[in-house]
Amino acid sequence: MLIEEDYITEEGDFVVNIGPQHPATHGVLHLKVWLDGETIKHIEPHIGYIHRSIEKMSESLSYRQFIYVTSRMDYLSAHINNQACALTVEKAMQIEVPQRAKVIRVLMAELNRLTSHMLWWGCTGLDLGAVSPFFFAFREREIINELMEDTCGARLTMNYMVPGGVMADLHPDFQRKVKEVIAQFKVNIHEYDQLLSDNVIFQERVKGVGYLSKEDAISFGCSGPTARGSGISCDIRKLYPYDGYENLKFDEIIEQGGDCWARYKVRIAEMHQSMSIIDQLIDNIPEGDFQAKTKAVLKLPKGEFYQRVETARGELGVFIVSEGGTTPYRIKYRSPNFSNLSALPTMAKGCKIGDLVAIMSTIDLVIPDVDR
Amino acid sequence: MTLLYSLSGLSYHIQSWLTRLLGNTMAVLVSEMVIVGLCLIGFLVLLSFTLGYMERRVAAFMQLRLGPNRVGPKGTLQIIADTIKLLFKEGLTPTNADKFMFNLAPYIMIITTMLVTAPLAFARNFQIWDLNIGVFYVSAVSSISVIGILMAGWSSNNKYSLLGAMRSGAQIVSYELSIGLSLISIVILTGSLRISDIVMSQQNGWWIFKGHLPALIAFVIFIVASTAEINRAPFDLAEAEQELTAGFHTEYAGMKFAMFLLSEYVNLFIVSALAATLFLGGWMPFHIGSWSGFNHVMDFIPSSLWFMGKTFFVIFIIMWFRWTFPRLRVDQLLNLEWKYLLPISMLNVLLMTLVALLGWHG
Repeated sequence: MLIEEDYITEEGDFVVNIGPQHPATHGVLHLKVWLDGETIKHIEPHIGYIHRSIEKMSESLSYRQFIYVTSRMDYLSAHINNQACALTVEKAMQIEVPQRAKVIRVLMAELNRLTSHMLWWGCTGLDLGAVSPFFFAFREREIINELMEDTCGARLTMNYMVPGGVMADLHPDFQRKVKEVIAQFKVNIHEYDQLLSDNVIFQERVKGVGYLSKEDAISFGCSGPTARGSGISCDIRKLYPYDGYENLKFDEIIEQGGDCWARYKVRIAEMHQSMSIIDQLIDNIPEGDFQAKTKAVLKLPKGEFYQRVETARGELGVFIVSEGGTTPYRIKYRSPNFSNLSALPTMAKGCKIGDLVAIMSTIDLVIPDVDR
Repeated sequence: MTLLYSLSGLSYHIQSWLTRLLGNTMAVLVSEMVIVGLCLIGFLVLLSFTLGYMERRVAAFMQLRLGPNRVGPKGTLQIIADTIKLLFKEGLTPTNADKFMFNLAPYIMIITTMLVTAPLAFARNFQIWDLNIGVFYVSAVSSISVIGILMAGWSSNNKYSLLGAMRSGAQIVSYELSIGLSLISIVILTGSLRISDIVMSQQNGWWIFKGHLPALIAFVIFIVASTAEINRAPFDLAEAEQELTAGFHTEYAGMKFAMFLLSEYVNLFIVSALAATLFLGGWMPFHIGSWSGFNHVMDFIPSSLWFMGKTFFVIFIIMWFRWTFPRLRVDQLLNLEWKYLLPISMLNVLLMTLVALLGWHG
């Protein structure tokens, strides 16, 4: 209610409700926009249209069950959400995860990051009025999804990571198929540049648009490519490594621009980094168990446990308060999209409506993750 | 040989038969108003079907997919199925809309587009109305369509529609200047506004070749500006799906929506036909200087095919960049016109005058 009173509607203000059903919001986000002609004076995001009380539901689910719900938060990086939960439980119970399981997890997480960034790239083109990139992005994404289907049995909400490792061993064809798709994508990613990045109209649309200063990014708690586009080092894989990221060679991509173009470049470069991580691991999957031996019913010791991971959109934190039982006392997710969305009004102030769409697509919102 | 494909004989016979039957005044009334009108409407509807199908196939070709391929052979009947769907849909009128203006707007759109087709030369001696101010008439009448768009946007009582209509108003009014100037640069060369004169003047070479660099610049400016004029991507700000849902026709459904769609496709045909007529020689066959054998073979191809081929070539170019480019922002769109296209085309007219004065265009 405080936010409602922040802005006082003046005489002659043109108020447009963008959403909850609108082609540009990628879900049920409702933006109340005050306009002066085409220029945005103020934005008020209204959230909660897809709130499913995932945090409350998790309180009545066991430590094996609550992971499956988290696939529905940020559905484009379902693996990484699952991984965060599994890591928290393992941390609390001090389960030693086998080396093979760790490598499989990282491989899956990076493939997942690739698919997520592919979809983002397609949607960015679509939002800016170029329809074709969407289809080009789906070309490789489809193959990776099929690959997920082979091993995990699902394409979007994989539910593959479990406390102690992964649910099942890799499909026999996994290595061959991954190598094929990565080799193909290394060629095809240049089409991404040809089609969108090098286009003059596209660059005009994103350069200098939606500026987010370093200070603002920190104070809004932005993370992931949104913050790294403003020059903040915040890659959890580098700062607080988990699952063996400390042994891998990859760069943290940081751009200083702070505009849509910087965020765009961060994501494109991250795709290259993800491919390099996959290249390092795909031939070096160690033999052994894919899962540590755990009891059928998991019991966490009394206490508070926190683990963070880097999803495709930023920092996801899982906070579990346990009273020693088989279900958590309280679970809190620190979702990247919620914080990134809070920076939208600052970024979009003074922009045109067309810019608002560009900004929303470069912070890559997934609304179910905002509402949870 | 060319007489075989000319329709002037047929039209003469119909005219004389009607004159005998009804007397002179009535015959003119019936033949010109009714028969020609009905034929034109039928032709344009058929044409927009073709263009709709072509657009889908071209888009699919560029986007790694197949496009319509289920209804009819190669999906050719898909567009008819879609039309039937639109026919049976309820034509909703929003509660707070200005009902009269809301229902009038699609008709204004469709009437203006139909009117503009009048002076186009479809083939040798095949033209509905060869009036002496042909080019001027086209640019004057096509300006009326902005009234239809503004009317639709205003009367819908929808903020998206209003924004779309306002954008479109600014866009069409400013891009008309560039179109006008690039038309003028060809008129300077021919010395006539009559479409048939312009086509005949290209007998020994099309203007795009004969007019040197200025003609090429004028051609490019004409294509860019006319894409903006007919509200197609990358200048489709009036519709801008991701920003304004559907812009000025957000509230339209059923047949009224179909009329906007029809007028969009007919407009696409008209600007492409104009580009083909002014720069690519209209129905004139392609000739190379003294290669009389080659030129003779070219003459065997009927003139209507030449016209349609050139027009569809231009249409393909316009579709090509619709499916390749992102959309411009509204201020960039106006910058492009007022800061770049308009000064360039003004200079280009001067250059063209120089070419005409020096007689290089012979």
